[in-house]
Amino acid sequence: MPSGLSEAFWLHEHYQFSLDELAELAGLTAVELRHWVDEGLVTPVDLAATPWRFSADRLFVLQRACRLRRDFELEPHGLALVLQLLERIEDLETEMRALRARLPGV
Amino acid sequence: MKYKDYYQIMGVDRKASAEEIKKAYRRLARRFHPDVSKETDAEERFKDVAEAYETLKDPEKRAAYDQLGSYQPGQDFRPPPDWEKHFADTPFTFEDLDLADLFASFAGRNARASGAGSKVPRPGQDYEFNAKISLEQAYAGTELTLTLNASEPDERGFVHHRPKTVKARIPKGATEGQRLRLPGQGGKGSHGGADGNLYITISLLPHPLFRVNGHDLYIDLPLAPWEAVLGTTVEVPPLGGAVRLKAPPGTRAGQQLRIGDRGRPRPHAGAGSLYAIPQIVVPAAVSDREKALLQDWAEHSRFNPREHFQRR
Repeated sequence: MPSGLSEAFWLHEHYQFSLDELAELAGLTAVELRHWVDEGLVTPVDLAATPWRFSADRLFVLQRACRLRRDFELEPHGLALVLQLLERIEDLETEMRALRARLPGV
Repeated sequence: MKYKDYYQIMGVDRKASAEEIKKAYRRLARRFHPDVSKETDAEERFKDVAEAYETLKDPEKRAAYDQLGSYQPGQDFRPPPDWEKHFADTPFTFEDLDLADLFASFAGRNARASGAGSKVPRPGQDYEFNAKISLEQAYAGTELTLTLNASEPDERGFVHHRPKTVKARIPKGATEGQRLRLPGQGGKGSHGGADGNLYITISLLPHPLFRVNGHDLYIDLPLAPWEAVLGTTVEVPPLGGAVRLKAPPGTRAGQQLRIGDRGRPRPHAGAGSLYAIPQIVVPAAVSDREKALLQDWAEHSRFNPREHFQRR
């Protein structure tokens, strides 16, 4: 069933979601998302500014958190730790790619 | 219907206890879960493991699965007579169902029987797609035709798999690992629930000349010794329009020659930088004339490339 051409939208830091939008896209309730913010699992752009706005790239973190919660039965504290470590691995991989790009090719 | 050996997938005995099955699942999940695993076939493997565990962890589903009997994986089989009573009040055909969908609706029937309304709006499933695109496609933006394995429930709650084609416009400036959302292109919602979304994760195919770091591009710039010494102007092969690059006299190997705004376009404004990294390359063989010239140069030069060796 072919459909027309669909426009794809970047999920990057130049775009922001409200708490309700982000919760709906991640398949969470607004209450769950607030709880996760309290646990430090995800942080709004500015914690002090209400209503909270979230960088669109946070959606991926939340979707991943939902998968990990479902498949490993993790509670929020353990979940936050896993996410933190995964994000650190990703930062290291990005840095490694950056260094590799500077190395002369073969 | 094709048989899947859930016990074999989990690596446990058919008589394994619930505790043993849980342990096996946890071990396999740590190894193959796509969010934590680096194994190449992680996603496929974990899908099988999750499917097997979904059925084996539930005593009712496990009993129904055991009643199917044991076959070779992939073997076509028919469930025993009346077996479908687990699922529906009226007989139905197993032809285009697979085992996972069947057991998924098993829970659905329990939910229906307990009166937990089947008319509750349910949002459609989100789909994920990993798209490999070339640097040229990322640079200019591109159109992709994606073929997804969509799972759509019919009016009785049974899930059917159908290929679904989506044409997506990818805006210019994609970087490695970046994600996009196509609103409403996921699974259909039921009973008035919103349609799911389609998420695309971009990965960039290696390019024969350019290496990528975020929005910056790197290219090796091979120079002959005389070009490095005397300086030269080089035409760098284009990704978005040709670039003429001046290597100044005395260019050293490994130093970075930066050309601002000639990297990859950024999503909002401007572009990254293009870096050319000079390398001094020498011919594999030289003529007698060249050799004589070089010897002449060596005799007339006071240059000592290893001066710093003697400073200690």
